[in-house]
Amino acid sequence: MTAPPATLPPGSAAPGSAPLDTPAERYRMLRLIRGFEELALGLVKAGAIPGGIHPYIGQEAVAVGVCSALGPADRLTSTHRGHGHVLARGAAPHRLLAELAGRVDGLNGGRGGSMHAADLSLGILGANGIVGAGAPIAVGAAWTARQAGDGRVAVAFFGDGALNQGVLLESFNLAAMWRLPVVFVCENNGYATTLPAATAVAGSATGRAAAFGIPAEEVDGMDTEAVRAAALRAVERARSGGGPGFLECRTYRYEGHHTMERRMKLHYRTPEEVEAWRARDPLPRAAAQLEQPAVAELDDAVARQLAAAEEFALASEHPDPAGALDHLYADGLRPRAGAVA
Amino acid sequence: MTRLSYTKALNRAIADELADDPAVCVFGEDIGAGMAGPTLGLLDRFGPERIVDTPLSEQAFTAMAIGAALTGRRPVLEFQIPSLLFLVFEQLVNQAHKFSLMTGGQASVPLTCLVPGSGSRDGWAGQHSDHPYSLFAHAGVKTVVPATPTDAYGLLRSAIRDPDPVVVFAPAAALPVRETVTWDLAPIPLGRARIHRPGTDVTVVAVGHLVHDALAVADEVAEDISVEVLDPRTLYPLDWAALAASLERTGRLVVFDDSNRSCGFAAEVLATASEEMRLIAPPRRVTRPDGAVLPFAPALDRALQPGREQLRHALHAVLKHP
Repeated sequence: MTAPPATLPPGSAAPGSAPLDTPAERYRMLRLIRGFEELALGLVKAGAIPGGIHPYIGQEAVAVGVCSALGPADRLTSTHRGHGHVLARGAAPHRLLAELAGRVDGLNGGRGGSMHAADLSLGILGANGIVGAGAPIAVGAAWTARQAGDGRVAVAFFGDGALNQGVLLESFNLAAMWRLPVVFVCENNGYATTLPAATAVAGSATGRAAAFGIPAEEVDGMDTEAVRAAALRAVERARSGGGPGFLECRTYRYEGHHTMERRMKLHYRTPEEVEAWRARDPLPRAAAQLEQPAVAELDDAVARQLAAAEEFALASEHPDPAGALDHLYADGLRPRAGAVA
Repeated sequence: MTRLSYTKALNRAIADELADDPAVCVFGEDIGAGMAGPTLGLLDRFGPERIVDTPLSEQAFTAMAIGAALTGRRPVLEFQIPSLLFLVFEQLVNQAHKFSLMTGGQASVPLTCLVPGSGSRDGWAGQHSDHPYSLFAHAGVKTVVPATPTDAYGLLRSAIRDPDPVVVFAPAAALPVRETVTWDLAPIPLGRARIHRPGTDVTVVAVGHLVHDALAVADEVAEDISVEVLDPRTLYPLDWAALAASLERTGRLVVFDDSNRSCGFAAEVLATASEEMRLIAPPRRVTRPDGAVLPFAPALDRALQPGREQLRHALHAVLKHP
């Protein structure tokens, strides 16, 4: 494993701690995720982040609301659009950014990138590049918790696209049959890449969960406090032996599915639709609960933290190509090279 | 002294690991009843919290096992039909196998898949008769094909203890094998080949149940040809050093492999031996045909499986070269 960085940037003295207990802390996290994604978009454009990212901008209330309902030992699985979940769970922004840039001080030592960011020490069992794949993994983590009797809960984040993956429905069944402590969080942002959910999902998302006997709730995914309240109910029920829960958080991504979309002229949604959702942005709603000076102070603190994170990430070294196969096997097995020396 | 069957050996290996390590648990279909054999009696002995009878949801319970493995458990998954592995290729190859590297070594996924009854079972036809171990070796998933009861016991125990995903194929044609055991059963390390019969003229690398066919043919031809029978036991990672040492002795190679021919296990052995090892004659392989789908009628099924007659031909062919 990569050695921890020698010095942490200011504002990151406690990597992994992300208290979300107060409205101010939740606002700070919304701002951090938003600012992180804006910074990352710029770094993609500048070529400092290889490949690209699936920006989370617009959906921040879901990650913050749900993660604010979790305890320190709980676990989650995330998606290809996972930066918000990883940050809200408390991962250090400078190490996530270094991961996106493919540097040695990244969360995964530059081996995972945006779509596979993980921090096992925080119970983050990975973002995932396959739609729906994380949900049964979270069910497995919930199974371990139930077997251990340790009261941990697992959360599975996924999008509306995953509702049409068979393995997700299999997961609902196993979780419900075995009353496992897992909360399924569907972030319905209206589109599976470009396919509107309205043309892809027969029946309803909540109806699918309800069919398995899983209590299902539809939530305003642009309202952090509403998401938090629903998540607290579901997490508490799961923790106390009441079995799985399902939240459909109605939300929206302002950016394209992927940063590559910026170069393409796709017409699967209208500017008016995007603007209508922007008018419901979760940040001003959260800021309205706070005094104005406090908001400005938090904004400044986040800006400084992100500036330091950028400096840290871009100063971190690129991995040595000689280590490209490091960690392939947990027992250190070295596979044969691709050519005979 | 005990008479140990292959299936009983698997059963004892799982039971001994369950007894030794509370993190070990078993998932699979009909494993409570012990339908396929290896899990017989485990539910009564270890209880439903560790022996988990699953609904017919292979993809979900395989990914569930990944989640359990990421949180400290060592799941064993039983698949009654080899083709079910096609259904969970995503979970095993794209998820379980890749987690260690993708997380930069934060995570390992110690899960074991057991297929008790891989390959043809005479009369089970196209969708129940595959032997897809080459696919897993190609993907870099640790792949084990034991030929004997003691190897099945020892290799399965090591597979369960291994920190990475391992797929263990128990060939249907090897399940009837019984072995008289006069010693204490013990774990056998992965990645080590076994020479079943030493020889000087030709090395036959035989996989799984074909080891027994190779030994029978070696006996038959013993007066004319001295055959060394090498059982790799673990196909990935393969014991290349053992193969190289054997070819130093014989210089001739035949691979006897129940894979499809194109890109199959035998192809890799021939390629590597040709590139890097001592060969005094062009090597041969006896395999299933390209893209084989085993037909139902027994004569057709057998016609597509590698057989003893083909092995005899191959032996004579490599012996033509002095």
